[in-house]
Order: sequence, then C-alpha cells, then structure tokens
Amino acid sequence: MRKMLAAVSRVLGVAQKPASRVLVASRNFANDATFEIKKCDLHRLEEGPPVTTVLTREDGLKYYRMMQTVRRMELKADQLYKQKIIRGFCHLCDGQEACCVGLEAGINPTDHLITAYRAHGFTFTRGLSVREILAELTGRRGGCAKGKGGSMHMYAKNFYGGNGIVGAQVPLGAGIALACKYNGKDEVCLTLYGDGAANQGQIFEAYNMAALWKLPCIFICENNRYGMGTSVERAAASTDYYKRGDFIPGLRVDGMDILCVREATRFAAAYCRSGKGPILMELQTYRYHGHSMSDPGVSYRTREEIQEVRSKSDPIMLLKDRMVNSNLASVEELKEIDVEVRKEIEDAAQFATADPEPPLEELGYHIYSSDPPFEVRGANQWIKFKSIS
Amino acid sequence: GKDRVFNTPLCEQGIVGFGIGIAVTGATAIAEIQFADYIFPAFDQIVNEAAKYRYRSGDLFNCGSLTIRAPWGCVGHGALYHSQSPEAFFAHCPGIKVVVPRSPFQAKGLLLSCIEDKNPCIFFEPKILYRAAVEQVPVEPYNIPLSQAEVIQEGSDVTLVAWGTQVHVIREVASMAQEKLGVSCEVIDLRTILPWDVDTVCKSVIKTGRLLISHEAPLTGGFASEISSTVQVA
Repeated sequence: MRKMLAAVSRVLGVAQKPASRVLVASRNFANDATFEIKKCDLHRLEEGPPVTTVLTREDGLKYYRMMQTVRRMELKADQLYKQKIIRGFCHLCDGQEACCVGLEAGINPTDHLITAYRAHGFTFTRGLSVREILAELTGRRGGCAKGKGGSMHMYAKNFYGGNGIVGAQVPLGAGIALACKYNGKDEVCLTLYGDGAANQGQIFEAYNMAALWKLPCIFICENNRYGMGTSVERAAASTDYYKRGDFIPGLRVDGMDILCVREATRFAAAYCRSGKGPILMELQTYRYHGHSMSDPGVSYRTREEIQEVRSKSDPIMLLKDRMVNSNLASVEELKEIDVEVRKEIEDAAQFATADPEPPLEELGYHIYSSDPPFEVRGANQWIKFKSIS
Repeated sequence: GKDRVFNTPLCEQGIVGFGIGIAVTGATAIAEIQFADYIFPAFDQIVNEAAKYRYRSGDLFNCGSLTIRAPWGCVGHGALYHSQSPEAFFAHCPGIKVVVPRSPFQAKGLLLSCIEDKNPCIFFEPKILYRAAVEQVPVEPYNIPLSQAEVIQEGSDVTLVAWGTQVHVIREVASMAQEKLGVSCEVIDLRTILPWDVDTVCKSVIKTGRLLISHEAPLTGGFASEISSTVQVA
C-alpha cells in the first residue's frame, strides 16, 4: 500500500512540474525595457555615450547568466585554493563582473582583447568554458594552456592573456591595434590595465604611439581603487585616470553598471573604428577579494567599505533589480539560472580536480619553435627534455 | 618615520632612477623592487646610469650610497614572474656590486655593508627564506665584508660552491655525500657575486682538485660558467 502511495505521489510530483513551467511561460514578460544610465565624465570629447539604453529580455538573461557564472567561478576558485587544489598565485575578479561582461557586450568576437593578471572573467567572456579555466587553475592537461600557464596565463582566440608583469601588456595592446589597422579588417583592440599600472612609464609610451599613428586601440583602466594594497590617492598624482591620456580623449564609466559599460564600449569602439585614433576608458569598479589569495584584503580598507559596495553597487544585484522591476524576468527564473550555473561550476570543479596533470615530458615543450625538436637540460644533466613546438 | 620610509607608485624604472638621483647628491637611498623579476624595466638605469656614474664623471659624482633590494629566487609557487634569479645579467656589468645572503644573520651584516659601501649595490634576498629561516641575530649593527666568500665547511675531496638558498641544499648534499659515499666536501658560500672572491675559491680547488657549482638561474650564461672558466684559467 505504501509503495503504491509513493508511486502515486511520484507521478503527481512529476506532473506538477510541467504545470508550473507552463505557468511561468504564460506570464507576460516585457520584450525589452529602456533604462537610464549614468552620464560619463568626458575628456576632450564633445559628446559621450547615450544616457538611456534599451535592454532586451534575451540580452538581460544572457548578461545575468554570464555575470553569475563569473562570480560563482571565482568563488569556486577561492574554495579550491583554500583546499590547496589550486596552488601558486590566484587573482580573483568578483565584484568586477560588469566590466568583463559589459566590455564583451560592446564589441565583436573578432575584436581583440589583452589584459593583466586578473583575467579569469575575461577568459570566460572571450569564449572559453569554465571547465577549461578551472582545469588551467588546477594545472591539469584539460586546461586552456595545457596546465602550463595557470591563473595568470590564460589565452583564447583574440584574447592575448593573461600577463604577469604590470603594465607590460599595454604596449603589446598598441601593437595589436597596429596590426588591426594594417590588416584593414575594421577590428579594434581593447587594452586593459589597472589603477596601479596606470603609473608605469611604458603606458605613456603606448599612448604616444597609438595617438601618433591613430591606432584603433581602446585603452581601458580598470580602476578598483587599490593597486595591490596602495589606495589610488597614495599612488597617483592625478586619480582622474580617464584624463591621463592627455591628448587622447577619455571617458569615465560606472564600472558596476553593466549597461553603462556596454554603452561606453559601443561608443568607444565606434570612435576607434571610424579612424579617429585611440580612446581611453576608465571603469570605476571594485573587487571584493584582496589583491590575490594571499591578501586578506582588509589591512588597507575597512570591512564596512566592502560591505557597502556589496549592498549598494553589486553589479549582479543591480541588473537583477532592473530586470525584475521592469518585468523582463521573474525572481524565480533568475533563481533557476543561479541553480544551473552552480551545477555547471560544480561539474567543472569536479573535472578540474580529477583531470590528470600534464605528462612530465611536456615540461620542456614550446620553449623554442624548432624543427627538429630542441633539447633542453633539466634540473640536472641526466634529465633531458625535448622542446617540441 | 613616514618621511624616510615610503611607498612609491608602480614604476620600477622610475624608482631606481629616483634612487640614483638621491644617491648622487650624497644622501643614502635604499630602493626596493617588489620582486627581482620586475627589475628589468630598471635595467637601463642600473647598467647605464648607476654603474657608470663615477667613471664618466671622473669621480666628480657617484651614486655609491644607493642600495637596491629585491626578493630573489624560487619559492615553490612563484612560476615565471616570482622566481627569477637575475644575478648573471648584472654580473656582466662593471661598476655595481651584487650580493646574495644565505641566512638572517648574513643578511643583516651584508645589507649594512652594502649600504655603507661606496658603490651602488644590488642586494638579492632569497624570498623562500623570509618565512623559513630562523636564526639568532644580534640587535646591534655589524658588518660582513663584501667580496669575501665563506668556507662554511672544510673538506678535502671536492669543492661545492653556491649562494643564497642553494647553500642549504649543498650543505645537505655534503652531509649525504659524506654518509653514503665517504666523500669529504668543502662547502663555500660565495656571498658576493660581483666582484667575487676568486682567491678563496681557487685556493679551495687547488686543495681538493674538483669543483661543483650549483645555482637556480638558467645554465647557459649563468654565473657558474664564469666561475668555472676563471678557475680553469687560474
């Protein structure tokens, strides 16, 4: 008798689910909604990006999913690091999701992007799967750099990393922009750096070259207020990073609002594509974690400050509120996305933990490109590796 | 005090150039580069400005009161940019001194000597020892002379030379060799890479007849090549 009841309730339970799904689908969502966004401060520009934008339901759901994926992925990386499954250095970007997702929304997949070491979010938005990213963090062969790059050295198509030396990626970005112009394919290069790197000399060298030759380079300063542990007031004579390009026009963007970032990026990309030369964007954003996993993140800022940003300007929360309040999505629907994202991350973490490490012979690969393979001595003269490339 | 010890913005070339400028007026400057891997933007300033100042001004000016400190060497999880040992790049440059201590006691004495030395010095600090090494260090200042290698352990069969973290590895090797192979090793800590103590090393090799040098930096062009070729010529 009990078995019968159990069977009946199971059947009923299954029958209930499609009914509720039908309920959600029949609820009328708006197709799109218009939002007002913050006006950008401008430097050497007559007009800036528009102050209103239209967000479609489809785009909204996509951005929400992407930002939530980046957020969950970073938190999972934090967890794996504390379990010592990820070693080395790990720089997390939770809090800055609106930057990577918003930038990607404003450009094409054929455009180019290069950034520094806080790169997991960009690796994802540029097209790699969470699996490949987490496996790279754990140093396994399923990783995007075959397990040899780690946190700071992830690459994808039209995504040039993932660079450890602060500021060194900016002249590289200007070079990529030169190639874009030379190849004539109407592509732009997004060259990112942080508020700490903004004081490096080579950045100013890159500004000069980009402006001189009118390169389609969008310089983007991700200002999260702290260069490792040094606040911007203590490091920079001028904290108006969008003006630092001097002869390069600039705009200051609210980096916690994904729609603001998207519009500004579209504006900047259009500017560059029209051949007017480089442009500078400062994204004002915030990171919840410390500089890296070895930094608790509270010795140079207060917990209250972090809490305040989390409660007032969290990018995911801002998008969610907007979408729910203008009937673009329901709270339950977004919660479902959360559940799906969590599962995806969990699966990826399982893969990343279980995948084997790259074989020892690969230690010497790719040092040189050489045919026949070049021989490399290991830590002693009896160990030899081949550098195959 | 805050006016004497302060943070700089992120600009290695600027930091070292700044330090050279301070030193040229006679004031003592100690410039810190976060990791030795980041010293390369400052390479031009060190090699072309700091090292050659005294020479090209005919001794009118010098930046001898400059000391550059940088964490150096592998630490297990540093990968490409937190593990480098660039002493060989600087060994190729006359006019500067390059020093690598192996322990807290050595570090204090050598650092004070670098600061007092009338030539610009680069002081590489093995970062893995920051947390690993524990030693009794006297509170008062004391100096350990530069360009003097130290024979840490005497032996008769082979000379082992190293600096920084490798000294500890070599010491273990020496005791393993004695235990398992009955080989008596003489262990030398080079301490100053440039100008290095040729006499101590050569004297030791004359005694033992064999030399083994071990360092973390890449093999080709590493400082071991300089030591081994000098010893063979001598």
